[in-house]
Amino acid sequence: MDPKVVNDWRLRGQRYRLEGEVCDHCGESIFPPRDICPECKEPAKTPHTLSGRGEVYTFSTIYSAPEGFEAYTPYTVALIKLEEGPIVTAQLTDVAPTDVAIGMPVEMVTRRLRTHGDEGTIVYGYKFRPLHLGQAAD
Amino acid sequence: MSDYRLMRPQRDVGVSGYGSYIPMYRLPGAEIARVWSGGGRGPVKEKAVAGLDEDTVTIAIEAARNAVARAEIEPGELRAIWLGTESPPYAVKPSSTIVAEALGAAPYLLAADFEFACKAGTEAVQAAIGLVGSGMGDYALAIGADTAQGRPGDDLEYTAASGGSAFVIGPAENAVATLIASLSYATDTPDFWRRGYQPYPSHSGRFTGEPAYFHHTLAAASALMEELDMAAADFDYAVFHQPNVKFPMRAAGRLGFTPEQVRDGLLSNEIGNTYAGASLTGLSAILDRAEPGAIILLVSFGSGAGSDAFAWRVTERIESRRDKAPKVSDYIERRTEIDYASYARYRGKLQGS
Repeated sequence: MDPKVVNDWRLRGQRYRLEGEVCDHCGESIFPPRDICPECKEPAKTPHTLSGRGEVYTFSTIYSAPEGFEAYTPYTVALIKLEEGPIVTAQLTDVAPTDVAIGMPVEMVTRRLRTHGDEGTIVYGYKFRPLHLGQAAD
Repeated sequence: MSDYRLMRPQRDVGVSGYGSYIPMYRLPGAEIARVWSGGGRGPVKEKAVAGLDEDTVTIAIEAARNAVARAEIEPGELRAIWLGTESPPYAVKPSSTIVAEALGAAPYLLAADFEFACKAGTEAVQAAIGLVGSGMGDYALAIGADTAQGRPGDDLEYTAASGGSAFVIGPAENAVATLIASLSYATDTPDFWRRGYQPYPSHSGRFTGEPAYFHHTLAAASALMEELDMAAADFDYAVFHQPNVKFPMRAAGRLGFTPEQVRDGLLSNEIGNTYAGASLTGLSAILDRAEPGAIILLVSFGSGAGSDAFAWRVTERIESRRDKAPKVSDYIERRTEIDYASYARYRGKLQGS
């Protein structure tokens, strides 16, 4: 069994739909899920899907990509501060690197992250794009 | 002929939610003509092109999220997700399970991909009507989405585009448009095909017109109108499969529809032919603006060949639902023009890269 397949499969909830956890003790929103609240150290296992809305906290444009991401250069990786509080690292998409700014409102979309070669699986997951369609609004 | 041709479910059903997605990149027909003909223009102004990280699954996911938001249901209420496409990312492995997982609809549901060229999406709608209409489940999601590919330099390259639409079929009590009736028509007519391991489809030139597109579209539409005893003037809108601008306009004219009835659902000049997404995205654009009470004719066409015809009646629920997700026009206006070189890169047409 290819270990990459198993690892990707375990992460599908958080990668496909930003499924994290919420702490039943202090109410902290947790992403990625880790079953222990980083705020109050109590067990936290209640699944909670985040809204997908946030803003760019900081960013960097990648010209020399790690293995598996070479086809996408240049692309921008950002720390996204989600409106529920957690900060996640993610690629930005549907935006030119020169148009990215700190504080830019963004929303989550599910896109192709990479493939494991020509014969392996296709990995899907969250990226963020400039918020102007309001797709993630409820 | 009696009404045995007509299809009606045992309980009344309709569209509970609808949603579309169109990628932001646009390749003008004039740019393709510049590369292959030294100038001129194509049959459509421009076509929508998926970006490097987009495929049929990602298009389907965004369209489906929009549809579920408008349906005002929990994803777990869906008993089926059926995705019609001719461009699934995997040759073997369902695209629909990825969509189901991304929506949070898994695991208690049917999930499968449907294949019938450009009518795979409406085939999924028919199946969803059957599932909900029989009472097997309350909600089913039917999607038509494609990242269609034309061989470089071929006529199809001007129009083969990316995009898709999703429809939550549900009980009439929660419908933005109720189904009046539907009818399907299929024959073995090889006007367009793609053999295994071939990157691009083949087509039989002019054969794709009269014996294929027009015969099936007109046969399905006229049989439905005959069975329902309705004339073109009884409909407020009509939307047809749109491989270009000319074909649907000509089909509409032969059936007695005016250009005004067809205009709001005819998107091919702006986005090209989104294959399994084409007629459904036209329906989506009509629902974005139709008034309660409006009656809509939808007729798909898929090569190989067949057509599904539907008559829908818009309900007052449309008013409170349509603003719950981006409209087709929002996606059409989100436009970044690209040149042929970027298109070749985005769609994997560069060898050795």
